[in-house]
Amino acid sequence: MASNQSALQVRGLTKRFDRPAVDALDLTVRTGEFYALLGPNGAGKTTTLRMVAGLLRPDAGSVSIMGIDALSDPVAAKRIMAWVSDEPMIYDKLTPLEYLEFVAGLWGTNPSVAESSARELLTSLGLEANMHERCEGFSKGMRQKVALAGALVHDPRLIILDEPLTGLDAVSARHVKGLLGERVRNGCTVIMTTHILEVAERMADRIGVISAGRLVAEGTLAELRQQNGKNDTSLEDMFIALVDREAVAA
Amino acid sequence: MTTAALGWFASHEIRLAWREWLAMMTGGRHGRRRAVIIGLLVFGALLHVPAYAVIGRYATLQAPLDKPALIVITATIFLAWALMLSQAIESVTRVFYARADLDLIMSSPVALTHVFSIRLAAIAISVTAMALLLATPFVDVLVLGGGLRWLSVYGVVMAIGLSAAAVAIAVTILLFRTIGPRRTRLIAQILAAVIGAGFVIALQVAAIMSYGTLSRFAVLTSDAVAGFAPGPDSMLWWPARAALGDGEALLLLLALGFLLLGTVMAGFSAGFADTAVRASTSTISARPGSRARSFRPGSQQQALWRKELVLLRRDPWLLSQSLMQLLYLVPPALLLWRSFSDPSVVIMLVTPVLVMAAGQLAGGLGWLTISGEDAPDLVTTAPLPPSRLIRAKIEVVLFVIGALFAPLVAALLFASPQQAAVTAIGVIVAAASATAIQLWFRMQARRSQFRRRQTSSRLATFAEAFSSIGWAATAALALSIPVAALVTGSMTAALLATTWKFSPRRD
Repeated sequence: MASNQSALQVRGLTKRFDRPAVDALDLTVRTGEFYALLGPNGAGKTTTLRMVAGLLRPDAGSVSIMGIDALSDPVAAKRIMAWVSDEPMIYDKLTPLEYLEFVAGLWGTNPSVAESSARELLTSLGLEANMHERCEGFSKGMRQKVALAGALVHDPRLIILDEPLTGLDAVSARHVKGLLGERVRNGCTVIMTTHILEVAERMADRIGVISAGRLVAEGTLAELRQQNGKNDTSLEDMFIALVDREAVAA
Repeated sequence: MTTAALGWFASHEIRLAWREWLAMMTGGRHGRRRAVIIGLLVFGALLHVPAYAVIGRYATLQAPLDKPALIVITATIFLAWALMLSQAIESVTRVFYARADLDLIMSSPVALTHVFSIRLAAIAISVTAMALLLATPFVDVLVLGGGLRWLSVYGVVMAIGLSAAAVAIAVTILLFRTIGPRRTRLIAQILAAVIGAGFVIALQVAAIMSYGTLSRFAVLTSDAVAGFAPGPDSMLWWPARAALGDGEALLLLLALGFLLLGTVMAGFSAGFADTAVRASTSTISARPGSRARSFRPGSQQQALWRKELVLLRRDPWLLSQSLMQLLYLVPPALLLWRSFSDPSVVIMLVTPVLVMAAGQLAGGLGWLTISGEDAPDLVTTAPLPPSRLIRAKIEVVLFVIGALFAPLVAALLFASPQQAAVTAIGVIVAAASATAIQLWFRMQARRSQFRRRQTSSRLATFAEAFSSIGWAATAALALSIPVAALVTGSMTAALLATTWKFSPRRD
């Protein structure tokens, strides 16, 4: 259940490559909230999340995670956070269980707790039979599930996911959504980018729409509908209308 | 598939091979093409100097030759064949494991047998073409000194290239059928790494055991080998006779090469597609021992150590390279063993060989652990400072080098404590230097990109090679002419300092 305390507070976040990728972005995500960040390709979603996760240094702005300044004390911030990218990066020569042992070791998780959690996660993601196989022969979906299990094994308070459902079949996607929903119910905060608007519509407590590096709309589905002036419209229609409007304005 | 389509696919394969080679040479940067072409022309021109030094004096050789000369020429041709075989095995393995490419080809409406036949024929062509290019300076020297009859060497190179490709295809596919796709990849990589070196090392071992010298010619020109060798009309001398300009021998050799390749391709082509499918779908299970083990306690540093060590242990490149290094260490180790009963200055050769091997191995290990990180996002988002991450990776490299070389240095201690001390210092300095170069030039890459590591920075590649050579020479001189060691040591240190100055990361 979301509280008013913020899990993530971003102020004036800016990053330029050859053009501004993120443009003085302000974003607040409450503790225990499932937040979906939407936007067209190249809108700055991934760049924003990579800066929050400590993978990219911002040109300007601040990032606060559970009250910790992530730019001045990145180690403390990373201790309570997990990151999953759309391209699962795991070690081909390790088995899923060995991978999770490594991740748990990196986060300093109690080994016995981590082991039972790892086995449980792999089982719930349908990887029980593959637990002892090296990942090199895994499909993209299986690799994505291993990466996701790695993000969850150290029990983070904030989970950041960039397109986590890419490459997953319907059953696996349902498993992943179930796992994330359960984490949110237990007080964890989830921030997720997705192009599958139905997922955002069904799972997110609040939705943010980003375009050209700026937040152009934010709120619950009902609030977005209200802002859009149409109470019976779908998220897809609203999203397309918003993106078109921003494109015209630009 | 029509003949025209087959021709089109063959040209596509050759174009791919050419581009891959070009990308290897240029590091994938278009701007470097002109520099690479000029560099290769200069290299080719310069290669004429060592070519002249090595074979210039043989240009006037005329048939009939005596047995020792026939043996030396035949052994040289066999060495070239072994090196080509090594390259061909590596290429054939890649054909069957290049999965992204296979998906496209196997889903296309063509007979897979034809496609794979062409692909393997392209390997034979590229292996032969590369050998022909490398042979050119040597042939030039022979032609200038001994006349146009030496042009027949090109024919010999072509014939042995075809036969090397044929043997490589047969060996790889037989391995697939006998030990399965997952082990074949590893074994083929090891075979490719050790086959070329193995022949030279075997000759050195024979020379040491029989004559107490490292000279391979001592064995080849010995009466014992001449006694075993067949008469002058034997088929065994065809390559040597063909190289000297015997047209009949050359034609027979070429015909044999084509026949061998054709037979192998006809014999195995039916199974090509099946082999490719099995290779692309094979999964590798962990060893059964890891199933029962529980998660181990320890610090973050220990978790990183364990991960790096497991990955290194399971790395096929490292396994093949370590085996090759061990093979190279066999001759000096034998010298060391002989010196216990027969002290000789030749034992001093052990030190530079060990120092050089440590530097080279540390360079490869350094790249694999420091640059070759398959989960960069994971380790970057882990709650530990980047400096600790790097430190753990460096510690692993030095630990592995220590574990491999400590027993050899300890053995040396019994023969000469002073030499053991110099060798230990040399191994540490060479390994530390190579690791430092990898650290200064580190860049994010996947471990599987190891083959291309040398193209990412030419400066790092040369610095790593010269640093190992420099420290090996310094260690050898420290034992014989200490003043000269000061000079080479200072030069190598200066080289390292210059490399650091030009490196992108000076930390």
